[in-house]
Amino acid sequence: MGSGTNIGRVRGLGSAQEGAHHWIVQRVTAVSNLLLVLWLVFSLIRLPNYEHGLMIEWLSSPLVAVPMMLMLVSIFWHIRIGLQVLIEDYVTDHGAKFGLILFLNFFAIGGAALGIFSVAKIAFTGVVA
Amino acid sequence: MSGVSGSASNRPLSPHLQVYKWGPHMLVSILHRVTGDGMALVGVPLLVWWLYAISAGPESYEYFLSWFNWGYIGYIILVGMSFAFFEHMYSGLRHFVLDAGAGYELQTNKMWSIAVPLAAIITTGAMWLYIVSKNIL
Repeated sequence: MGSGTNIGRVRGLGSAQEGAHHWIVQRVTAVSNLLLVLWLVFSLIRLPNYEHGLMIEWLSSPLVAVPMMLMLVSIFWHIRIGLQVLIEDYVTDHGAKFGLILFLNFFAIGGAALGIFSVAKIAFTGVVA
Repeated sequence: MSGVSGSASNRPLSPHLQVYKWGPHMLVSILHRVTGDGMALVGVPLLVWWLYAISAGPESYEYFLSWFNWGYIGYIILVGMSFAFFEHMYSGLRHFVLDAGAGYELQTNKMWSIAVPLAAIITTGAMWLYIVSKNIL
């Protein structure tokens, strides 16, 4: 470890070569969110109505159920990283920060699981006659 | 910070925390965070509730829809969330350009910072005009 230059003093102390992981995942999920949420918006506004029977029929199609499930994964992954930044920026107390990030993980995984299970139930139990 | 080293005390103090002027780049930055967190805490839980309510049956779906018949609250939430999405989307596209290292020239940065919320308002308006014209809600 050098003692002269700034770079010499920090070299070897920091990066584990994965510091950019969250940053990259946030951008990858941003691209998939862009495609999948635009798909949802265009699909929704083109439906003739939002009655329960039509919703069941619509969500039963694999071409709706699959992008809907992928969208839930993409959205909740993006949310988990995004809200973690919010917590880290504004919550200074270490205990509160730890607890909130723990709760955020439960929220993101639980929300995605509930959404995906609901779509799966609709898709697998099929059209209500 | 004085006394750390000879050169540190001569460093410029700018940007000073109390001396700044509001610019569109600040607005679009805070809007990105507000719309993202708003969708995360309001829009997406509603989306999951919507999917759950459909899966749970007609009564559950009716109950979900009844929450939107509360005066104009349903429209306020839906228009608000659609604006939040388009604002966050255009702002996110701007971030992709900035991530590539482009668009930092003062005039270019200002121009796109103004264009982002304008595009979001226009897109939200166009979408709702289409919805109203189809009379599906």
